[in-house]
Amino acid sequence: MTLPGFPDAAPLAGLAGGVLIGLAAALMLLGAGRIAGVSGITARAVGLSDGGISRDGAWAFVLGLPLGALVVALLSGGIDARFANPVTLAIAGLLVGIGTRLGSGCTSGHGVCGVSRLSRRSLVATAVFMAFGIGTVAVMNLLGIDVL
Amino acid sequence: MSRRIVPPLVSGTLFGAGLALGGMTDPARVRGFLDLFGAWDPTLAFVMGGAVIVMAIAWRFVPGMRRPLFAEKFALPDRTDLTPKLIIGAALFGIGWGIAGLCPGPGVAALAIAPASAAVFVLALLAGMGIVRLTERSS
Repeated sequence: MTLPGFPDAAPLAGLAGGVLIGLAAALMLLGAGRIAGVSGITARAVGLSDGGISRDGAWAFVLGLPLGALVVALLSGGIDARFANPVTLAIAGLLVGIGTRLGSGCTSGHGVCGVSRLSRRSLVATAVFMAFGIGTVAVMNLLGIDVL
Repeated sequence: MSRRIVPPLVSGTLFGAGLALGGMTDPARVRGFLDLFGAWDPTLAFVMGGAVIVMAIAWRFVPGMRRPLFAEKFALPDRTDLTPKLIIGAALFGIGWGIAGLCPGPGVAALAIAPASAAVFVLALLAGMGIVRLTERSS
């Protein structure tokens, strides 16, 4: 299905993927009593964060992420993905790593879990990272910087 | 042991599958969403919308539960203060997200799709987290 006016959009696949993510986060919340925040759980797994989920639990969650993506890739016969060059990826990764620790969360912890709870900190954080993400892409386009 | 491992493993796997199915492991699609003033691709809004709706329902069960299904107690964030650290962190994250079209979840999940590229991003992500850890320890 396509969305009128947006030939590249995949609304149904997006919605189905979103529901799966919501179920994943609901399982963490109602099953383990915790927030499914990828940045926090990743930091916990590698020992860059104290407290929170057990370290073996953190590793189980982190290893599940590529496992789930692999299952979808195998079932769907491959997934399209275009990535930036290594230098760009390294700069972006550094900023995302610093930012998500300072800001206590990323798209999952703040954007999905916090927003759905109407947490004040998460609503503000999500608005800020969305605005800066949109602004960054706009500025890069304006300067003619094409990374993909 | 299994109560500690199985729920997060199933959750992570569902999460990774959802990211891949929703197209979020493709940085081009994520940057397409952030390209609000260009050739905007609204797919990410459907992903977030679907996830937020399911989670909004899940949150309603929490007050009536004495404990989580597979753990002793709930351990949920309870801060409400808006600090400069929160805002600056979210801003830096947003800039990095916009540059490469990757946030932590899709970055880690993409290890199964484009291992070399995803590994560069994830290693830099961990380095960034390590820098924050070091500065917070020394202050």
